[in-house]
Amino acid sequence: MTTKQFMIVNRKAPYGTIYGWEALEVVLIAAAFEQDVSMAFLDDGVYQIKKGHQTKGIEIKAFEKTFRALEDYDVTKIYVDQESLAERGLTADDLTIPVEVLSRAEIGKRMEEQDIVLAF
Amino acid sequence: MKFAILVSEGPYTHQATDTAYQFAKAVLAKGHEIFRVFFYHDGVYNATRLTTPPQDDRNIVKRWTELAKANNLDMVVCVAAAQRRGIVDDGEMQRNGKDATNLAEPFRISGLGQLIEAGIQADRLVVFGD
Repeated sequence: MTTKQFMIVNRKAPYGTIYGWEALEVVLIAAAFEQDVSMAFLDDGVYQIKKGHQTKGIEIKAFEKTFRALEDYDVTKIYVDQESLAERGLTADDLTIPVEVLSRAEIGKRMEEQDIVLAF
Repeated sequence: MKFAILVSEGPYTHQATDTAYQFAKAVLAKGHEIFRVFFYHDGVYNATRLTTPPQDDRNIVKRWTELAKANNLDMVVCVAAAQRRGIVDDGEMQRNGKDATNLAEPFRISGLGQLIEAGIQADRLVVFGD
């Protein structure tokens, strides 16, 4: 099968909308199709991978654990926008998975290299 | 050129679905090919035949249906997104013990793999969303 580079871009906070969860479903399927998959987290999207989701009070299933399973699917290219983290008082230590923190310009370069960019 | 289209917002609430339709029409008018149109997130609501907009408004579902039939387009609705939002065909009705269907023709319900395949097969996958 042809392999293409897919980047899934997450810009929205988890739970407030379904985009984060349904984006993750795309990542898992793309990985199952043995595509070259990466993820980028920008803007409020960085909250998706913040440690310590507690969703009992809002009665929505937490999906933090699914991010930690990404490695099992060989999805290891996880890029996070440095400025988005800084704007929210976060650092890579606050995140639930190992990531590559990049400047906005560097993330832009990675996007240019992709065959397919799916932004959610 | 071979295009694939992803529609990830619902009709009427969001212009994305209108723009996707206009884009699809323009692509075909220019003689290009559309490998597949895939509906995800609230985009699955583009596929309910029960849509009844006021008469002086565009009928988005009917418009898709006519474009698809005239050009033999492959219109695919994501099964997981459809199940969450109550978009049902005969197979889903039986599988999930529901009492009705609402999928318009010629839409079909299938897996997310169809989106990935569209990405692989098409020269361009164009996303219409928020």
